Amino acid sequence: MAAGAGRARRREDRMSTATATPGSNAAKPRLKTSAMIASIAAEGQRTKPAPFGHALVELAKQRTEIVGMTADLAKYTDLHIFAQAYPDRFYQMGMAEQLLMGAASGMAHEGMMPFVTTYAVFASRRAYDFVHQTIAEENRNVKIACALPGLTSGYGPSHQAAEDLALFRAMPNMVVIDPCDAHEIEQVVPAMAAHQGPVYMRLLRGNVPLVLDEYDYTFELGKAKLLRDGADVLVISSGIMTMRALEVAQRLEADKIGVGVLHVPTIKPLDTETILREAARTGRMVVVAENHTVIGGLGEAVAGTLLRAGVAPVFRQIGLPDEFLKAGALPTLHDLYGISTDAMAASIKGWL
Amino acid sequence: MDTAIDSTPLGHNVPLAERAYRIRRNALLMGEVQGQGYIGQALDIADVLAVSYFHAMTYRPEDPHWEGRDRFLLSNGHYAIALYAALIEAGIVPAEELETYGSDDSRLPMSGMAAYTPGMEMSGGSLGLGLGIAVGIGLGLKRKNSASRVYTLFSDGELDEGSVWEAIMSAAHYKLDNLIAIVDVNNQQADGPSTQVMAFEPLVDKLEAFGWFVQRVDGNDMDAVVAAFDAAKSHPEPKPRMIVCDTRMGKGVPFLEAREKNHFIRVDAHEWQLALDALDAGRTA
Repeated sequence: MAAGAGRARRREDRMSTATATPGSNAAKPRLKTSAMIASIAAEGQRTKPAPFGHALVELAKQRTEIVGMTADLAKYTDLHIFAQAYPDRFYQMGMAEQLLMGAASGMAHEGMMPFVTTYAVFASRRAYDFVHQTIAEENRNVKIACALPGLTSGYGPSHQAAEDLALFRAMPNMVVIDPCDAHEIEQVVPAMAAHQGPVYMRLLRGNVPLVLDEYDYTFELGKAKLLRDGADVLVISSGIMTMRALEVAQRLEADKIGVGVLHVPTIKPLDTETILREAARTGRMVVVAENHTVIGGLGEAVAGTLLRAGVAPVFRQIGLPDEFLKAGALPTLHDLYGISTDAMAASIKGWL
Repeated sequence: MDTAIDSTPLGHNVPLAERAYRIRRNALLMGEVQGQGYIGQALDIADVLAVSYFHAMTYRPEDPHWEGRDRFLLSNGHYAIALYAALIEAGIVPAEELETYGSDDSRLPMSGMAAYTPGMEMSGGSLGLGLGIAVGIGLGLKRKNSASRVYTLFSDGELDEGSVWEAIMSAAHYKLDNLIAIVDVNNQQADGPSTQVMAFEPLVDKLEAFGWFVQRVDGNDMDAVVAAFDAAKSHPEPKPRMIVCDTRMGKGVPFLEAREKNHFIRVDAHEWQLALDALDAGRTA
């Protein structure tokens, strides 16, 4: 394991054991902190290490056109595992995201299939025109996998990609995927390669929660899947919010509240057929939950779908507010912005 | 149109000066079709394009995607009128399409786009993209053990873009000796003389310090341009190659050369024929 990743993991450990009291002054209140790349796994949760990196190494055995490219973030996007397995197929482009995207376009121009990694903020905000013009407009076969999607860093707005889905959803030709867990990421990687054209994937890295293997779940590009049914509420969710929705659904069973969970990992193209079928079942409140600003993401995509079809259930959104998010410990921030399991369960109970 | 189109591709052994003349002529004819266009740039870069397409590069006009071709990336997409003129002269784009330039459903849009035009390898328009793509193509060609080269033309104004310097640094890092970049220093960009908009000199020193093999030539001196391309191809060091071409806006049409220097040279409706006449006069002189 490279030194940097090791350092990062120590930070994760510190974050997940935030009960430790620094120094000897026990009278001071315990401080909660969070590293830039803190794991989103809860304490005791089953996890799998670096599912993206390992899945890419496996896929690259068959698909020799795959190359890995990054902008000084191999270790923090799990691409270092690919780099170790295939050093001659790995390209370090330096801390230069515009170059990263342009060069990936050039590689694809020559028949390679670049898997490009950086943080979601840099791909979406800094390099947007380069993705737009050199990759999407030219329809190049480039796969963009980006860590720290939505609010998965406590480092502040510089590293919190609250608007990445909105930006990439708006880009023609771009497929957008927001996977939930390690089980799903392992299936998304070959599906990205099977699709001809550009794809943006929100990447969970490090020790990634393992949830969907207990749900007989298979990822299919462009398909929403009902993970559990419920009579009172339908949660439509993507990414880590599906994990939260499943926890909420279990918890609300005790209150005799039936919560169904429709997982929508492909944000674009959106599976409007399944969404309309499930949302049209009468008597259920529809709650869209996303790790993203409430502007322009899954929530508004679903709302538009329902409105255009004349389907009008009671509709609520759980997502990040239209403001620059705070720095702090992730659990604190997820509670604050209403996307923790506790906050989500409370919101839904309050709306019923 | 007053002038009959005679843009039938010529055979081999045509002097490069004649190729450059015909590229300029094609560009003026397209400008006349639209009543506008970046004609100042097209006229200044015609000699470089003549050397690129009729001396330096390998390609098959009938098969623009032939794997063994040299790639040519037009980073300054607004020079599309110039590249179309060269692609027509090279037989890659049929001469009949010249009349459609910039029109609805034309394969020759005002700004170059990869999906529209045979021989157009990238989508320009947004400046500072080409050199980064060229780095990726250079790396890709090396992965395939291809003997092909990637050429990219960009403008001095693009030197303002940080992405260009990202690419300059990485091309040297990866020792891309299969990359030949040409920068057109006509010293005009949208807001005025490029050197005043943002000082980029001493350009050769900077590029050499970045690890490139650099030559600076009069981009309207055909012999000098030929020698520079030859040297760029044969240079033995494992470095990317840059040809800095100082050019004259409106070159070949004296009254446009003399016109007040501007990024977008205005040509009145009656002047297109005068420009063609002036170009012809220069040809026979």
